[in-house]
Amino acid sequence: MAKHHIQAQVNGDEVEFLCETEETLLDVLRDTLNMTGSKEGCSSGDCGACSVMLDGRLVCSCLVLGCEVGGRRIETIEGMAQGEKLHPLQQRFLEHAALQCGICTPGVLVASKALLERNSNPTETEVRYWLAGNLCRCTGYDKIVTAVMDTAAAMRKG
Amino acid sequence: MRYEAPGTVEGAVALLAGATGEARVLAGGTDLLVQMRADIVDPGLIVDIKKIPETRAITEEKGGWRIGAAVTGAELKEHPKLKKAWPGVVEAANLIGSTQVQGRATMGGNLCNGSPAADSVPALIAAGALATLAGPKGRRDLPVEDVMLGPRRLALEKGEIVVSFLLPPRPPRSSDAYLRFIPRTEMDIAVVGAGVNLTVDGSGIVTAARVSLGAVAPRVLLVPEAAQAIIGSRLDKPAQERLEAAARAACRPIDDKRGTTEFRIDVAAVLTRRAALIALDRARTS
Repeated sequence: MAKHHIQAQVNGDEVEFLCETEETLLDVLRDTLNMTGSKEGCSSGDCGACSVMLDGRLVCSCLVLGCEVGGRRIETIEGMAQGEKLHPLQQRFLEHAALQCGICTPGVLVASKALLERNSNPTETEVRYWLAGNLCRCTGYDKIVTAVMDTAAAMRKG
Repeated sequence: MRYEAPGTVEGAVALLAGATGEARVLAGGTDLLVQMRADIVDPGLIVDIKKIPETRAITEEKGGWRIGAAVTGAELKEHPKLKKAWPGVVEAANLIGSTQVQGRATMGGNLCNGSPAADSVPALIAAGALATLAGPKGRRDLPVEDVMLGPRRLALEKGEIVVSFLLPPRPPRSSDAYLRFIPRTEMDIAVVGAGVNLTVDGSGIVTAARVSLGAVAPRVLLVPEAAQAIIGSRLDKPAQERLEAAARAACRPIDDKRGTTEFRIDVAAVLTRRAALIALDRARTS
C-alpha cells in the first residue's frame, strides 16, 4: 500500500512527509524529520518522554499515528528555545540541576510549559499531578518540581 | 495496514461493514496503539472516527447532554456546564491515565476497549446513559450496561460503532460521584470502581438512585439492589449498611496480585458508601 502523504506544521514550519499507517508521530519526528529531541521510553503512553503538543493539547507522540496529523499543529522540544535563548523552564532546569541522564527532560519540559500556559501559579500538588505521566528514574522529582515552581514564580514577576 | 478517516458516520459504517479482515475503530488511540504495538491486535483496516463532527461534540439535547464518542477527557474537564450537571461522569473520565492520555482518551474508546475496569463506564451506567450506535441496519440506542458483554466482548454487530452517549435530563437535587481504588495515587487501573447517581427530594430523602460497580466482575455491573437499599432513605447509617451489603453481594471479582477477591469485595462496599455520600452532598447543594 502506498505511503500516506502528510502535510503538517511543526514548530511553526510547514512540513511534508511520507509515512506508513503503523508509524507513530514519534517515529515520524525522530526517523523522518530527524527531530530526535522527543524520546522513546515505553511506547505505551506511560512514561511521557515523547510528549509533544498537538493543536495545543499535550499528548504522547507514541500514541498518535503519523497519518493522523495532516493539517495539524505540532510543537516539540526543538521549538522551545528561541534560537540561542533558552525558555525560562530550560534555564531553571539547568540552574536547579533538575535532570541527570536527560532522557525524560524534553518530555518534562514540554509538559511543564503546557502546565504554565494554563496555570501560571500552580501548587506543588498541581505540578506533581500534571507531571504524573512523565516518569523520571534519576532525580526523584523534587528538583523537577522545584524548577517548575521557581519558573512559574519568575514568569509571574515578568 | 489501511487507514481511513471518513467525515460521516455512514462512511465509517460502510468501511467497517465492508472490511474483509480485522478492522478497528480509532478514537483517541490510547488503547488501540498500545495493543498494536504489543501485537495483541493486527488490524488490516483502521477507521479514525475523529473527523466525524458528531463524535467530537458536547451538546445539550432535550434537557440532557449528548457527548460524542471521541470527545477527550481534557475536553470534558474544560466544560463547566457539563461538569456541574454530571460531576461523577466527568471525574471518572478524568481518572484515566496521565495529562497526556487525557489529551487523547475518549469515553467511546474506554467503553469499546471492553475492560471491566474501565473508569468512565460505571459512571455512565450509574448516570443511566444511552450509547447511540450506528451500523449497517441504521441507528439504535443501547443502555451502556448492555454494550459490554464480558472482557473484550461487545454487543456491537459487525460494522457498528458507538457514535455518542446521551445523558438523560436531571430532576432538581440530583448528582453523581465516582470513586476508584488503585494502589498508587495516579496513573493506574482500577482495582475497584464505584459510581452512584441519585436524586433527593426537598426533605433530603433519596427518591431515585443508580449504582454501578467496576472491576469486580467480568463486566461492569449495574446493581439495582444497591439502589433499592437507599431509595426512601436519608442515607443514614442503616441505609449505608444496607447499601454496603448489597454492593458486597453483587461482587464476583477475580483474585490477583492487584487485589484479592476478599479485598475487592471489602473495597467495593466502602467505595459505594463513600460515592453515595459524595453524590448526596452534591445533590443537596446542586
